[in-house]
Amino acid sequence: MFFQLIVSGIAIGATYALMALAMVIIYKTSEVLNFAQGDMAMLSAFVAFTLLTEHNLGFPAAFAGALAFAFALGAFLEFAFLRRAKEPNVLGLIIITLGLEMILYGLASWKWGSDQKDFPFPVSDFDTHEIGAVVISDLNLVTLAVALSLMLLLFLFFRYTKAGVAMKATQQNETAARLMGIRVNRILMLTWGISSVVGAAAAFMIAPVDTLDPNLMWTPQLKGFSSAVLGGMTSLVGAVGGGFLLGVIENLFGGYVSVEFKSVVAFAVIVVILCLRPSGLFAKHYVRKV
Amino acid sequence: MEMKRDYYEDLRLLDSPAQVFWLLLLLAALTALPFLASNYLLYTLNLMAIHVIVALGLNLLIGYTGQISLGHAGFFAIGAYATLGLMTQAGLPFWLALPLAGLISAGFGFLLGLPALRLEGPYLAIATLGFGLTITQILGRLETFGGHMGLQAPPLTVFGLAIDNDAARYAVIMPVCVVLAWALRNLTRTRVGRAFVAIRDSDIAASCIGVNLTYYKTLAFAVSAFYTGVGGGLMAFVLGFIAPHTFNIMVSILFLAMVVVGGLGSILGSVLGAILISYLQIELSRIGSLPVLGPLLMDISTRFFTESGLPNVQYVVFGLIMVLIIIFEPLGLYGIWIRTKLYWRTWPF
Repeated sequence: MFFQLIVSGIAIGATYALMALAMVIIYKTSEVLNFAQGDMAMLSAFVAFTLLTEHNLGFPAAFAGALAFAFALGAFLEFAFLRRAKEPNVLGLIIITLGLEMILYGLASWKWGSDQKDFPFPVSDFDTHEIGAVVISDLNLVTLAVALSLMLLLFLFFRYTKAGVAMKATQQNETAARLMGIRVNRILMLTWGISSVVGAAAAFMIAPVDTLDPNLMWTPQLKGFSSAVLGGMTSLVGAVGGGFLLGVIENLFGGYVSVEFKSVVAFAVIVVILCLRPSGLFAKHYVRKV
Repeated sequence: MEMKRDYYEDLRLLDSPAQVFWLLLLLAALTALPFLASNYLLYTLNLMAIHVIVALGLNLLIGYTGQISLGHAGFFAIGAYATLGLMTQAGLPFWLALPLAGLISAGFGFLLGLPALRLEGPYLAIATLGFGLTITQILGRLETFGGHMGLQAPPLTVFGLAIDNDAARYAVIMPVCVVLAWALRNLTRTRVGRAFVAIRDSDIAASCIGVNLTYYKTLAFAVSAFYTGVGGGLMAFVLGFIAPHTFNIMVSILFLAMVVVGGLGSILGSVLGAILISYLQIELSRIGSLPVLGPLLMDISTRFFTESGLPNVQYVVFGLIMVLIIIFEPLGLYGIWIRTKLYWRTWPF
């Protein structure tokens, strides 16, 4: 029972980790908390759905197409809206991303209606393997594999490519990066694109478990926020750790305390962590300048 | 934009005789309306008045105190459920249940204000968003409140009079709205209101000059939640039926949109914003039957989108309004009003 809960917690935590990672990538670079993250991912999942069902593409082509769409969408939103805000404050940026969230939600439910659809996926949640006393489904394994390989790719990207290093430089000090000849605007666009792709990957893993409708990503987005807060909003590794940790905590709570109120855990984690250790478990402590 | 020359001028409720005149005219119009207007218009006005109450409460929190909340649909839900619960299960009369529900909501506001002491900006937004999402999920699980199926509002009587049509509901809702607006105007002129504004401008500076942050931040949350809770209690009777999904996250964002579109830190702005957004909400939800725009959008829908999803265009419009307001006119409708006024002040010179 205990190990089962932990293993399925890790599997579900992988999607939280991806959502958290997507948010932290943007937050770290531009100090924008992206409330449109979930709906950007939701829209990409719908694009994948349309490519699969209406255009009859195979899974690799459809998912690649949807990921390309996600990248373009993220880059476009940064270019068209976020960049236009002059001297924005925190509230202004939050409101812009909320506005974008509403636009995307409206477009998606206009285009596809608000009824629930089944998202086709190559592996099923019902084919399971038993390892010892622990049962794990194919979908869980694929989710874990996708999440871990994306994280590895991101790590390599930040470590070894020029664009990745430029991104890290922008995260540390935007003005200095600009003075060193980095085109910060382009880096921001790239950041939004990458973040959108990561979020979309999470949505592809979540949609087959749930049903596909415009409200698909609201709960995962809150879980993503919660994981990011748990791990520290300014740490990529922290966000990933926070995601897995939240998945496990949530599952243990559901198993031993109450399944009914499992959804409260994410909120409780946010409140407790923010009160006890606002910078998160894995990030360095942050002090505000006056 | 009037120049305040001394302290007592700043303390006055109304600035000029002209303002008194317009206010009296407005009150007279509001009193005369139920005898003149159609039922549909009164229904619209009821919704607007409730949204004005909520926008006032939210503006006190965001515009005056500088604390973000994305969870006000949660307080709205608490107010609605508490009012119905107190009336049907505790058997209290409406005039007692409504303020009590407001106080219960304020209690939750106080609780949410406690973590807010440690949080700012984006973190507070996340925490309040989580609150809003969680409240509706909990309400969906509570069988005493009908779970996901929701609750039917009981027949309403106030002081022995049956409130069963829109004109009667107007007579209940509008006075509450006016009194609450007047109370907020008063609150912002007092020591408390100044403390809120000081916290908004710089909480560290405010605590240095002796503003108790713990007290005033939680107070701002509580008062804001009280307004929203009262609004929710009234809403239960206008809708006649409430369910957890009545109070989803979109409702919170719409409340935020009202405040932002109207103008942060302005009572006139909250009123204008609430009226505009509620009007758009009502008109856009039946966008397919509008005269010129309807057939055009219907045509676009059949070609590229779905017809059943057409009412969701309202979210696109609201989203665009929010984004454009922040980019081009951060002061909102209130800012436009001020600029128009200044422009005409010296007319024709």
